[in-house]
Amino acid sequence: MSRNADNWLLRVTNLTKIYGEPNENTVDQTGPKFNSNICPETDSIVACADISFDLYPGEVLGIVGESGSGKSTVVKLLYFDMEKTGGAAWLKPYADGSIDMLSESNQKKRFIRNNLMGMVYQNPRDGLNFNFTSGGNIAEKLIMAGNYHVGEIRGRASDLLNKTEVPVLRMDDRPANFSGGMQQRVQISKAIANNPPLLFLDEVTTGLDVSVQAKVLDLIRELQQDLGIAMIVVSHDLSVIRMLTDRTIVMKNGRIVESGLTDQILQDPQHEYSQLLVSSLL
Amino acid sequence: MVENIKYANKYNFAFIDEATKKEIRRKLLKAVAIPGYQVPYSSPEMPIARGWGTGGLHVTLAIIGREDIFKIIDQGSDASVNACNLREFVHQMTNCQTTYDTSEATLIQTRHRITEEELTENQIFVYQVPQPEPLRSVERYEYRTRQMHGEADYAKMWVSLYESYVRSGDIMLGAGYPVKVNKRYIMAPSPIPRWDVPNLNQSKALHLFGAGREKRLYAVPPYTTVEALEFEDVKFHTEDFKGTECYKTGYKKAFLDELYFDDGSKHFIINDSNFLDKLVEKESPKQHENKYIKQLQS
Repeated sequence: MSRNADNWLLRVTNLTKIYGEPNENTVDQTGPKFNSNICPETDSIVACADISFDLYPGEVLGIVGESGSGKSTVVKLLYFDMEKTGGAAWLKPYADGSIDMLSESNQKKRFIRNNLMGMVYQNPRDGLNFNFTSGGNIAEKLIMAGNYHVGEIRGRASDLLNKTEVPVLRMDDRPANFSGGMQQRVQISKAIANNPPLLFLDEVTTGLDVSVQAKVLDLIRELQQDLGIAMIVVSHDLSVIRMLTDRTIVMKNGRIVESGLTDQILQDPQHEYSQLLVSSLL
Repeated sequence: MVENIKYANKYNFAFIDEATKKEIRRKLLKAVAIPGYQVPYSSPEMPIARGWGTGGLHVTLAIIGREDIFKIIDQGSDASVNACNLREFVHQMTNCQTTYDTSEATLIQTRHRITEEELTENQIFVYQVPQPEPLRSVERYEYRTRQMHGEADYAKMWVSLYESYVRSGDIMLGAGYPVKVNKRYIMAPSPIPRWDVPNLNQSKALHLFGAGREKRLYAVPPYTTVEALEFEDVKFHTEDFKGTECYKTGYKKAFLDELYFDDGSKHFIINDSNFLDKLVEKESPKQHENKYIKQLQS
């Protein structure tokens, strides 16, 4: 797939999220240079600032960094779970990338979220409704995208569960009765239910044991190859990043400190924090 | 001696003071202007406890005039305790004429039924509503349900219908089946049986809903589209009375009650008492028309 200036899928510029009441110096006085994201003047907290990047169709982008570096904030802002403080983001399939999706109304945002994006959270409780069956959870996403045919919904749900290796027999059970790995796979089924061009994965393997981790990662890689979904993978785990991603962004204190090809960053890290990160890899 | 005119009557006409009536009427106007939208209102104190028909009573007393002919039913019956007491109360407070005859009444208050006889443009139909929020079963927080209504985000409601179908093979909602009003708001039609739901659609009468305990008013204006929620392949249907008929009249096309006699035998009888009386008297009251009744064999 050729990458030129025009065929981006998602373009993010100067995405910023600040808690509290910042003043004009807040952004300048925080970040990796100061090793802090708390503004000394106003005590406001800069979760992330000046995040800009392009994502191309079918590409997998990794965001890596220590806890509190703002990597989850970035995807939550892009998935409308949080309100931005500043910045803009354009999504090609939505109005041909002409409208900043972060400034749209809630109704429009819901449309984008349901039709053009999927999200897999670290904790399945965030992505699934545990009062509904796993089939119902997938149905929710399909219904939100305007499918009101029970037969079709159930057909699609069983396809998805098949694909993610959840026994279809358990479609009408609640995810509360599932193991952690299975819950995560139901969540992935739900996220890709509408064939979205863009998928966010927020620490999907954290908290799973190693063999289940490997299975979930396998599944994600397979889906990526079969469906060609563009993904943003957030992780603090470099082996996950190495396995899944083409390009990587390294974040610290709410800023991007380095970005480039994943192999390059892992082989030859330039920023001292990236070097630290790579050298601490077991 | 100066005669005390101001306090000669113990109560204002229709019990509620004029300022409060005005407030309720204004909220009703808003409700009519936005069909299916729940309007918060004051829900003033009544001589009965909230949740025992105060919402319906507020609406009735706020809009009743001296010329009105008042009818009240409870579960289709003119004679049940709730109906009798409220009829007596309204009559005492307004001195309005009361009636059992559906076609004669201009203002009908109801609990849990729509009359079997068709309503006309000259009639106002008032419901006592226990739970005005159709989304309460899927979302417990009020601020969230308001947001969901505001943004027409009804996926959770649909999923609960889907789940019900998956679990039981049918949408297991007997009374209070959720409807979409004027293609916008999802509304709880108070717990009327499914039998009555199609009769709200394009009804000639004005339907006003009052939930006293929950402090909400809403309305379905005349000739408004009201659709029961249904999937493309799992359809809404009314109660099935196949193989049964009213034991007094032999009538099959009305909502029937199940009765057990002392000898243990089971019988069915028309639930709407005035409709039953008219059939027994060999009158032929004009019934609501909808496709579900049409499908039935007489």
